[in-house]
Amino acid sequence: MIEIRIHGRGGQGNVVAAYLLAMAAFEENRYGQAFPNFGAERRGAPVMAFVRIADSPIQRRNQVRHPAFLIIQDQALLQVPGVTDGLLPGGKILVNSRQSSAELSEQLGKEAVALQATALAKKILGRPVPNTALLAAFFTLTNMLSQDSLALVLNKRFKGEVLEKNLQLIQQAAGLVPAGLWKEA
Amino acid sequence: MTTETAIPISKLRKKQPRFRGLESGHRACLGCGEALAARLVTESAGPDVMVANATGCLEIFTTPWPESAWRIPWVHSLFENAGAVAAGMEAALKAQGKSTKVLAFGGDGGTFDIGFQALSGMLERGHNVLYVCFDNEAYMNTGIQRSSSTPHAAMTTTSPPGKERMGKRHLKKDIVSIVAAHHIPYAATASIAYPSDIRKKVRRAMAIEGPTFLQIHCPCPLGWGHEGDHSITVARLAVQTGLYPIIELERGGLANVMPLRNIRPMTEYLKMQQRFRHLFTDDLRAKEELEHLQAIADHNIEIYGLRSDGGKDAFDSEGMDTVRRGGMRWA
Amino acid sequence: MLQALEGSQAIAQAVALCRPQVIAAYPITPQTHIVENISKLVADGKLQCEFISVESEFSAASVVLGAALAGSRTYTATASQGILLMAEVLFNIAGMRVPIVMTCANRAVSSPLSIWNDQQDSMAVRDAGWIQLYCADNQEAVDTTIQAYRIAERTELPVMVCMDGFTLTHTLEGIDIPTQKQADTFLPPYEFSRTLNPRDPLSLGTLVTPDYYTEARHSHHQALLNAQAEIVSADQDWFAISGRKCGGLLSVEGPEQAKTAILTIGSVLGTLREALEEFPPGQPVKLIKLRSFRPFPAETLKAACKELDDVIVLERALSPGSGGIIGLEVLAALSELPKPPRVHNFAAGLGGRDIPLEILPTLLSTLNEPSDKRFKIIDVELEKLPEEDR
Ligand SMILES: Cc1ncc(C[n+]2csc(CCOP(=O)(O)OP(=O)(O)O)c2C)c(N)n1
Ligand code: SF4
Ligand SMILES: [Mg+2]
Repeated sequence: MIEIRIHGRGGQGNVVAAYLLAMAAFEENRYGQAFPNFGAERRGAPVMAFVRIADSPIQRRNQVRHPAFLIIQDQALLQVPGVTDGLLPGGKILVNSRQSSAELSEQLGKEAVALQATALAKKILGRPVPNTALLAAFFTLTNMLSQDSLALVLNKRFKGEVLEKNLQLIQQAAGLVPAGLWKEA
Repeated sequence: MTTETAIPISKLRKKQPRFRGLESGHRACLGCGEALAARLVTESAGPDVMVANATGCLEIFTTPWPESAWRIPWVHSLFENAGAVAAGMEAALKAQGKSTKVLAFGGDGGTFDIGFQALSGMLERGHNVLYVCFDNEAYMNTGIQRSSSTPHAAMTTTSPPGKERMGKRHLKKDIVSIVAAHHIPYAATASIAYPSDIRKKVRRAMAIEGPTFLQIHCPCPLGWGHEGDHSITVARLAVQTGLYPIIELERGGLANVMPLRNIRPMTEYLKMQQRFRHLFTDDLRAKEELEHLQAIADHNIEIYGLRSDGGKDAFDSEGMDTVRRGGMRWA
Repeated sequence: MLQALEGSQAIAQAVALCRPQVIAAYPITPQTHIVENISKLVADGKLQCEFISVESEFSAASVVLGAALAGSRTYTATASQGILLMAEVLFNIAGMRVPIVMTCANRAVSSPLSIWNDQQDSMAVRDAGWIQLYCADNQEAVDTTIQAYRIAERTELPVMVCMDGFTLTHTLEGIDIPTQKQADTFLPPYEFSRTLNPRDPLSLGTLVTPDYYTEARHSHHQALLNAQAEIVSADQDWFAISGRKCGGLLSVEGPEQAKTAILTIGSVLGTLREALEEFPPGQPVKLIKLRSFRPFPAETLKAACKELDDVIVLERALSPGSGGIIGLEVLAALSELPKPPRVHNFAAGLGGRDIPLEILPTLLSTLNEPSDKRFKIIDVELEKLPEEDR
């Protein structure tokens, strides 16, 4: 079972990202579970969502404390205490950031990859919603799930122009990170 | 006598200590109309008050335990009982011979809907309470569900447009008239687009012994679907189109209105908000609903006589905006 | 068809399959997504029904009461403060023996205000006279919702389907949504023996003198006890159609020879299942899932526990000043056994506190402790409390 924790801010589409991830797993006949750590918070406040992906049914319903991967939708959240807590040894961090991956890795002392997801989303979607771009990068980095599955679940969630643009966005985002860098051994 | 000061006169006002009932640093969204309105109300009401606050965004974003943004005694009990809790507080103060004023705060849901009974009781019994309704036209705290304050045709999560629906099917409840029908000394509407008008009305209500009611139109960027920095513009357009008449009622009768110098087409207001997005499609029903909304605005303008007589008025919906705090600049 | 769905979305679809004619609800976290999804189905013309967005939970319950009496199948859902505000109507509905189905998206109760999960809300109205069924996962919540209508309409008792707020309502997972044909095969059209009808006028909700009140209460109590058979048969019949069971009144899993069992209610079951694999205990351990809390299946429970030495009851609510709620009832039932097992009673996960896998070893470690207390909140963090409260 692979556990993933997504950190972001209210309004950045955290829960949607978590759901899309689990739905993509489902499309590939794996088991997926996703849920938010819902706070009574408003737009802009730090929020979390959890994802589990496995090859057998997932029964546990506790929060993800020891993720193998962290997806950080807003770099500033790295300053918030506890955000990187519990990351498994060898765990990886994908960050929406304008810094370079090397800089980030050094700062964090952990393997990190940066993607300028907000800028990319603004350019293509016209809105600063980084979630789908980050997912595309995550899929490419890990090879865990295919871009096709991501496109498929986007199709279920969105329609019309929003869908078109998101499909464009994930295609571009996928090309910006090294494929298979975080492939399971 | 002259006093030497290093501070230029223009900045002096900023140095003036000002009472703040609600501190910054709370957790409201950017551009939250309710946060602004609550600050204005408490600022004008002054420190000698206590507040009963109904459940809702205002309550949640001001008091994430162990923090509180309030500088005045404040209690949140439940969603439906702010009017009654306030009545109890007022009765106790009266019994003790104290003059502290009791304020009750509720959202539109807590006022128009679930707390309506407690509000009506409080008004009818004549408690000395200023009840402020922060009207953002839906249940925002739970994620934008329709309330009886939601405007006709607006989209919320429980009034979604679809094959069979064009947003909310029913009309916005005319709460201020219902409140006024209790024949209370003072009931008024206001809008965050007109801060000095809010201040004036709060002071007016504070000076009255008996139940008073203030309904403040508070845009919610999240629920209405507009940018946070457009809240004031959106609020102002609601007034200037006639959709949100700014009025004062005394003992049930209309006493005052904010006249409209330039009546704006209603679509200017609607177009700024995602909650009316479905009305700007080719759908025939959309056209019908737009006409319906225009008729509501026209009706308001008519019954309240909102059309100004053509001259410039510092207190009309154009002038009021530029009447600054502590001074008047004639528009 | 198996789909990846959020729990609330699945419940909305399950409700739609039951063809309710009147739905009334009032928003409250974490129930909101259920109602929002239903609103969408109605707006899109996918569910033909009167959907009434009322002005309070008090009215929500009252509207479905009126609608059910006037001859329609109904649905409502709420949680927490909403359940408490409904309380008066809930007792009234049950006493009038009206078949209504309601989802409770379990949440803690104010004050202090908490929007997060525990089961204090439904436990607070356990004496309202409703059937209460608790769900361990979203699939069960879907299947139980459909079963609930048949149980309610056959027994003329209202049914509350309790599912943990957020933990289930906001979790996306694979859920099999039955077909309309399956639902229709299982659930006949709504019928109520005392439907209001001008041709055959009845007066409902009358005053009863002491001469008959006791008898009314007696038959209500009896009806709930008798409903056990209906709960079991609904589960069996649904199994025949869908291939899935929810465990009737209660279900037991784990090694036959186990002398220790953990009894739970609601969604913590899955976590304990995996905990048993992750932290294999020194001795074999059974898990007992209590599905029906009202009626309380005392006989079935006794049969399930008669060979046991220890029963650990883990619950998500408490009765302040007394202790556990379920624990006490389990203790009372098991004390009738010739060799009653020891009952250890714990509350955990109040107001949304996460229940981790590690709770299993903690629970089991208490077996050897000399127990001076019948009940304990096992995940309390004492260092956060002032000295005198520890
Ligand atoms: C009895 C009861 N029902 C429902 C709720 C859930 N609830 C809390 S706040 C809220 C909506 C508040 O809406 P409004 O009064 O308009 O205030 P806003 O959040 O929009 O400022 C709801 C439905 C509750 N707390 N208590
Ligand atoms: S949701 Fe709306 S009312 Fe609530 S804090 Fe945000 S902007 Fe304000
Ligand atoms: Mg509101």
